Amino acid sequence: MDSPHSGPTKGASLAAGARDTLPMLVGAAPFGVIFGTLVAASPLAAWQGQMMSLTVYAGSSQFIALGLVAGHAGLAVIWLTTFIVNLRHMLYGAALLPHVAHLPARWRWLLGFLMTDETFAVMSGHYARHPRAPMGHWYFLGSALAMYGNWQLWTLVGLLFGAAFPQLQSLGLDFAMVATFIAIVVPQLANLPRFAAALAAGTTAFLGQDLPYKLGLMAAVIAGVAVGLALSRWRAGGLTRERTA
Amino acid sequence: MTYTIMILGMAAVTVFIKASLFVAGDRVSFPPLLKEALGFVPVTVLTAIIMPMILSPRGQGLELSVDNPQLAGAIAAILVCALTGRQLLTIVAALAVFFGWQMGVMG
Repeated sequence: MDSPHSGPTKGASLAAGARDTLPMLVGAAPFGVIFGTLVAASPLAAWQGQMMSLTVYAGSSQFIALGLVAGHAGLAVIWLTTFIVNLRHMLYGAALLPHVAHLPARWRWLLGFLMTDETFAVMSGHYARHPRAPMGHWYFLGSALAMYGNWQLWTLVGLLFGAAFPQLQSLGLDFAMVATFIAIVVPQLANLPRFAAALAAGTTAFLGQDLPYKLGLMAAVIAGVAVGLALSRWRAGGLTRERTA
Repeated sequence: MTYTIMILGMAAVTVFIKASLFVAGDRVSFPPLLKEALGFVPVTVLTAIIMPMILSPRGQGLELSVDNPQLAGAIAAILVCALTGRQLLTIVAALAVFFGWQMGVMG
């Protein structure tokens, strides 16, 4: 049993992770419905659409695959595109690795499979606030399972009733994701290199938003990280010079 | 059948990308420079994802106008978060400004 000093229990951490992901669930819902609707209008069978959500579980690449199928692209092109579009998840894995490296292999497979932009956002915020949380992986699982179940549900709704929601995208429900990301990022910006890194990344992402395959996003991360590293090096160099002077 | 193979291939590619570093676990250790670089990943990638959604929500160039509820909501979120540091309050305030803006200013 947990003593009062051992922090939250497994169940409480699981629930907290799911609860803190709630705005992301609202934000992802319309995209699940739209994906299901597009599958219904594509050559894929409905069960294949659900299977894609269950096994691929990466929204952007699912949408792009439907587009490539419509354009009669070959398998190799679709798989390579999937690779490029989803490559950012490898960065998420690298960034969160120190927090999961101690877990049993089945945990690391599961949390890796369930990684999304949203869960990465929630977890980077959580670990920034609680770097040594012993139940962090339960919180992670709670966030990830909530996103996974949500995506399956709204894919199914789209497959079944998609035609009933023609104007879903214009509601702007994805703004819930924007608001949550801001709430996670802003507290981490009270540091000049990170602030400059975010500014560079945001500018590059805006300028490169029309590039295909999320290449603008990758370029933005590279630009932001380069600016952040350069500034923190420069500051560290300045401090060393002051000390030695 | 071909679509099933396509989907399973996409799943294999994606799980490799998402899980390989986690599964490698302690066997990978990053050099200090890379570790420092990875520390900038959260703020850069999250900012990069939302910036186009805020500045050009219709995907048609820069929309710095009162007709952009995403911009109004984002400014509210940044202000509330910077002033209070409270996450839930930030989200609620941003959503209130966003939907209020959609109905009030543009409705």
